[in-house]
Amino acid sequence: MEALSLFIRSIFIDNMIFASFLGMCSYLAVSKTVKTSVGLGLAVVFVLLVTVPVNYLLENFILKADALVEGVDLGFLSFIMFIAVIAAIVQLVEMVVEKFAPALYGQLGIFLPLIAVNCAIMGASLFMQQKAFPNIGYATVYALGAGIGWFLAIVLMAAIREKISYSNVPAPLKGVGIAFIVCGLMAMAFMSFMGIKL
Amino acid sequence: MAQTKNSELIKNPLNLNNPITVQVLGICSALAVTVKLEPAIVMAISVTVVTALSNLIISLIRNTIPSRIRIIVQLMVVSFLVILVDQVLKAFMYELDKALSVYIGLIITNCIVMGRLEAFALGNKPLPALLDGIGNGLGYGLILVIVAFVRELFGSGQLFGFQIIPQACYDLGYENCGFMLNPPMALILIGVVIWIQRSKMKELQEK
Repeated sequence: MEALSLFIRSIFIDNMIFASFLGMCSYLAVSKTVKTSVGLGLAVVFVLLVTVPVNYLLENFILKADALVEGVDLGFLSFIMFIAVIAAIVQLVEMVVEKFAPALYGQLGIFLPLIAVNCAIMGASLFMQQKAFPNIGYATVYALGAGIGWFLAIVLMAAIREKISYSNVPAPLKGVGIAFIVCGLMAMAFMSFMGIKL
Repeated sequence: MAQTKNSELIKNPLNLNNPITVQVLGICSALAVTVKLEPAIVMAISVTVVTALSNLIISLIRNTIPSRIRIIVQLMVVSFLVILVDQVLKAFMYELDKALSVYIGLIITNCIVMGRLEAFALGNKPLPALLDGIGNGLGYGLILVIVAFVRELFGSGQLFGFQIIPQACYDLGYENCGFMLNPPMALILIGVVIWIQRSKMKELQEK
């Protein structure tokens, strides 16, 4: 039950975009059409699902105080280790996608390597470290929830932006400006989930 | 780019080429740390230091980095700098470091840093690269301070933790706008900043 509540919590209440603003850059840059945003969203879910559990193992068996050698705390290395794992896995995913799904690769284009520097990926690993989950199952569930939350946010945003492109927006607000304000309004809507007790 | 004067490297990112409102980079941390002025300023300084130094280092070794693995090299340089910043903050401002939580670590993936490395440091001499880094860090800081100023002033009636709005106003029925402290307002405020900036400068408007 606890895993289920963690799952729902990480999708709606602790939503990556609306509650902690992670992955905003690619979120704003790619959310112009629903099609590409679905692709990027799926890529983020996938990369999260792989990197968070791997980093969880790394954190618990190497970096934690006393984990590797008695009396040694390697915690200060966690940033560099996490980012190295993420960069390596993204590279791997890129090669796999290029080989087996060239159409998707063409669509994702430059965004796939950019996932390595997507704050949502790194952020999920850092939150995982902060929340100190009891076992790897929870970490995986959290990664899945965070990924789906991000996916949901970017697809919703893309759908709204597709509609907005036909509306008469004041010139200075066109593009990024209105995207920010729409995102703010969506975040307000998502805030209503905060009342849910799980 | 080679002809750009050094002073412009610092001035441009403050306004015409602001990393947040024009290049739309580094939004994540910009939104999350702006509830109060103090963490916002610390964050701005940290990002400026990291951007400036990483620009300098990458620019110094730019001719020796093979282009295929440049992203990894950049990430390593940046994360090394971020670890330094994080350790300094932990040592001297522990409370603040806790308040900034994961966002210090996220400077590594802050798009401003990577964006400037890719766009500028890889193709320019060390001195301009350093100035460009400082300029972009300051431009980022400027927006952070504006947003944090508004949020702290109207959200809790304080600046830097000192009460600014006098008690007399509260007695008359003024109330803090608690909504300012919530995440959505950060997004909307940045939207408004973009709005104001672009109505002043027509050339930035999107078609």
